[in-house]
Amino acid sequence: MKNSPMEALARNSMLILWTIFALFPLFWMLVISFKSDAQMFNTTFVFDPTLENYQEVLIKTDYFKYFLDNIIVSGGAVIVSILVGVPAAYSLARFNFRGKEDLAFTILSFKFAPEILVVLPLFLIYQKIGLYDTYIGLIWVYQLITLPLLVWVLRGYFEDISVEVEQAAQLDGYKWYQIFFRILLPLVKPGLVASALLAFIFAWNSFTFPLLLSGFKIMPVTVASLRYIASDTVHYGQMAVAAVVTATPEVILAILIQKHLVRGLSFGAVKG
Amino acid sequence: MAEKAGQYQKQPLSVRARPYLIIAPALLLTIGILYPFVTAIYYSLTNLSFRRPTMKFIGLENWISMFKDPTFWHAVWVTAKYAFVTTGSEMVLGLGIALLICKKDNFFSRILKVILVFPLMVAPVIATIIWQLMTNTSVGIIEKFLNLLGIYGFPWASSPSTALFTAAMIDVWVYTPFVIVLVVAGINSLPKSPFESAQIDGGSAWFTFKNLTLPMLKPFLYIALIFRLMASMQEYGIIFALTKGGPGDTLMNLSLTAYNKGFAFLKFGEAMPYILFLWIVIYIISKKLVSNWLIVQRKASGR
Repeated sequence: MKNSPMEALARNSMLILWTIFALFPLFWMLVISFKSDAQMFNTTFVFDPTLENYQEVLIKTDYFKYFLDNIIVSGGAVIVSILVGVPAAYSLARFNFRGKEDLAFTILSFKFAPEILVVLPLFLIYQKIGLYDTYIGLIWVYQLITLPLLVWVLRGYFEDISVEVEQAAQLDGYKWYQIFFRILLPLVKPGLVASALLAFIFAWNSFTFPLLLSGFKIMPVTVASLRYIASDTVHYGQMAVAAVVTATPEVILAILIQKHLVRGLSFGAVKG
Repeated sequence: MAEKAGQYQKQPLSVRARPYLIIAPALLLTIGILYPFVTAIYYSLTNLSFRRPTMKFIGLENWISMFKDPTFWHAVWVTAKYAFVTTGSEMVLGLGIALLICKKDNFFSRILKVILVFPLMVAPVIATIIWQLMTNTSVGIIEKFLNLLGIYGFPWASSPSTALFTAAMIDVWVYTPFVIVLVVAGINSLPKSPFESAQIDGGSAWFTFKNLTLPMLKPFLYIALIFRLMASMQEYGIIFALTKGGPGDTLMNLSLTAYNKGFAFLKFGEAMPYILFLWIVIYIISKKLVSNWLIVQRKASGR
């Protein structure tokens, strides 16, 4: 296509503007996490970096515990989803049975249900059956986030494997579960790992569920970080540290799953 | 297909039951979560409240009083505005940025494709904190930049006239990468030959875009639209973290109104119709959009 210098200039400047808009907040968060409370007011870019805020947040508060809570709940949710979701995805991909598409869409519809709709009744139920403010209670409700993703994405990965592979294995005398574990699972493994990590990120980011279904015992970082806004003591640097600590693992994970990201984000609808 | 189904009929029960058995754990696990949907409908017909020890079945009273309540119509209006502004901006910006990135394939565009995804991975609540740090009028970096331009004390989330803009900006910051990622994947999947012939025929850039690029990207745009619209209609985290629905009732959408009624005012039965109404609307729109998507996808792949 034709490329006049003006066009290239316009194109590049728009991209640069967007890149600044998208990345500057992350950069700035990192910068001010090293600023002391006093420097927050009288310096911009030039200042004496200090680890004060990190010490305050990570050592003097329970932030590390909240971080761990997040790992337990999100990790637990993903593991449960893998255990029940991988077989479900395989079943939806390989077998032809009555009500198959309805079942698949039921699982997908969780994704679109308003979170508050689930939370309000579940709040009552959890209090009654003692799941309020427990790991199991949160891991269970997190299935609404992790399970639809894993089932739909993995269904696509299973469908990509040709039936001949399975038939050949059958001829070789493999039982169906041997085929599943020894042949299919290794083939979908890259996709499985990537979508599990993406599910982990979504669970990690979840806010509405832990805010309303857990109390003081279990507090994931997303909810805990909010306290820094709510409190009147203005420690901006500590807010920034909370944000850095919460966001960094996700950015790293995002780089790791780059190749599978489109497929995961679109629930398998777009095969990138 | 029919032959295949017949085959399954002839197989023994143990084989026919296998797919159901394999999928059963996933379903059992989610039935526990489906149960609240049913109870939600029932609760909406009662006067359940945390202030009262007993609850009574009161029929459609909650629903009728909701439709008469101006706060409900205000919440519907806020929900619609928020969804329209955020989804609209994200679609336009996402498409634009993706087209700009893909115009050239060089080192920088490849780097951009990776790093521009970062905001999407940040929890929306954390994103709200980051933006609050930046827009803060006493220490915020944006305030300092605006001061250079002669603007002082831009109110951001604290004024009714700029609160929606602020919330929408955070939403756009987090979720535009989602649209970018999908559209970039769409552009990468485009066939080369129609574009080459359009170039030989001397079609203008706009003509090529309107008649070739856009129709072929439609399935991808539809996916982005479905996911973004459904999520922005029920956005809770960003608004809650930013202003809890304020200032006043400026940002009280249906999710926040239902939350407030249920948890702050403890009127559970009254809160349920608000969120059930939202769910019904989302369900109808998503069904319509998904069936449209299937048609568009069939057309785009030339069947």
